[in-house]
Amino acid sequence: MDVLVEADRLRKTFGPITAVDDISLSVRKGEVLGFLGPNGAGKSTTMKMLTGFLEADSGTASICGHDVSGDPQAAKACVGYLPEGAPAYGDMTPKSFLRFISDIRGLGIGRRENRISAAIDRTGLEGVLDQRIETLSKGFKRRVGLAQAILHDPPVLIMDEPTDGLDPNQKHLVRSLIAEMARDKAIIVSTHILEEVEAVCTRAVVIDRGRIVADGTAESLQARLPYHNAVALRVAEPDAGKIIAALAALAGAETVERVGTAQGGLALLRVIPKPANRTTLAADVGALLRDKGFSASEIYVERGKLDDVFRRITSQEGRAAHA
Amino acid sequence: MRNVWIVAKRELKSYFGSPLAYIFVVIFVAMTGAFAFRIGNFFERGQADLIPFFTYHTWLYLLLVPAVAMRLWAEERKTGTIELLMTLPITAWQAILGKFLAAWIFIGVALLATVPMWFSVAYLGKPDHGVIFTSYIGSFLMAGAFLAIGSCISAVTKNQVIAFIVASTLCFLLVMSGSELVLDFFRSWAPAYLVQAIATLSFLNHFDLITKGVVTLPTFLFYMSMIAFFLFANVIVVEQRKAA
Repeated sequence: MDVLVEADRLRKTFGPITAVDDISLSVRKGEVLGFLGPNGAGKSTTMKMLTGFLEADSGTASICGHDVSGDPQAAKACVGYLPEGAPAYGDMTPKSFLRFISDIRGLGIGRRENRISAAIDRTGLEGVLDQRIETLSKGFKRRVGLAQAILHDPPVLIMDEPTDGLDPNQKHLVRSLIAEMARDKAIIVSTHILEEVEAVCTRAVVIDRGRIVADGTAESLQARLPYHNAVALRVAEPDAGKIIAALAALAGAETVERVGTAQGGLALLRVIPKPANRTTLAADVGALLRDKGFSASEIYVERGKLDDVFRRITSQEGRAAHA
Repeated sequence: MRNVWIVAKRELKSYFGSPLAYIFVVIFVAMTGAFAFRIGNFFERGQADLIPFFTYHTWLYLLLVPAVAMRLWAEERKTGTIELLMTLPITAWQAILGKFLAAWIFIGVALLATVPMWFSVAYLGKPDHGVIFTSYIGSFLMAGAFLAIGSCISAVTKNQVIAFIVASTLCFLLVMSGSELVLDFFRSWAPAYLVQAIATLSFLNHFDLITKGVVTLPTFLFYMSMIAFFLFANVIVVEQRKAA
């Protein structure tokens, strides 16, 4: 059985607000799904339904084949969950907290100590084991939450904004932790940090106002941008006019545009490829420059920023421009 | 049952890991003693019993039990740990029962700390030990009923102060439901059987019987069904409001 998390037409309303509207998704073993969306898009609500904290109004969710509302205990046993903000009992120490979780998770005496020390190792908690959790820094609190989630080595890991508010070193630690565990688990990570998606996720799902608006790899999302694989080049300002004319004549070029105003005597041009001709354009542009004797101080292929993709599909202006 | 005990154990550790527990026990013992000796005229009565001591338990519980109960669920909701707890493989019942039992045991410990009262009266005279024993049981049961009410109310709000005030008031009304104050209010418009029913809800009447050494099955069932009813309501409230 390969699909470990399956959601089918989940819907949840809070009074007049539809938080999650007809969301279906499945996550396979080995996949790290990045769950993207603006604040209030329904990411957390979806995760809460997948973990059985919230009951869906309609639709079903299953974890490792166990229906979340039909057999919640079995489904919950298969999930490690890091809720938003990594809540933990502040009056406990990480050590006693992890013991408590392992007792509830029903880890036997023999396995318990092994799993606890493995989780402590992985999250780097050694130094603070006997400090009260409420006295720990934000980064360490998050690690306690992570340790709790991976304690029973669950096949499914669901993390709500695991790197939110952490410093760059701590972010790196969390990401490498996710990457390490990715191979034999199905992982869902919600975030609004887009670099994270490129760094750790094999797939990204973008949701907006309760609906899935995009689903694919980071690469396929970037391909939605008109300037994806566009060739940018920096040329001397006096030559710019002639170069634009020459480039416009290229078979693979859709349009050529100036980006911004010239700086230091150099103009930045962008050649946008025709949809069918996205991969060979850079070579064509290079050859053309050489043939005509122009020189460019810089030439590169634009992948497109995920931020732009995100804005395009989730903001009001973006939607209007798209339509 | 295993999960109930794991939750209860965690809660108990948390009680006794903080100064709150010791402050509570000290105040409880001091107050029961003060009431018995000062207001209950324990010595002046010249009788070897603990009636002046137990009489004031109801009033102390009215203040102290909601204080213990107010944090049970309000705190879990405020800090978000409820999301952690309810996504672990345990049922709402197990979590609620575990937390309730821990708090009940905690109050039981405070009650046990007053046993020297029993020793003093045994040293001074020849009390009826059976009556004192049943009074302790009755007192413990009554505390449990107050606690179940408090636990249920605590799940309704994130605010512990609100939980405390509402639970205290509700407990007060139940204590007073046998009194003329409350019954007169109903007599003017409610049918007689309803007035009768409200009167039987009175904690005070049931407790009075116990302090006289009468533990009847109805009284025992009364407190136990109060506990069961409010814990059941507690489950519903937690299920409904956990994410709000």
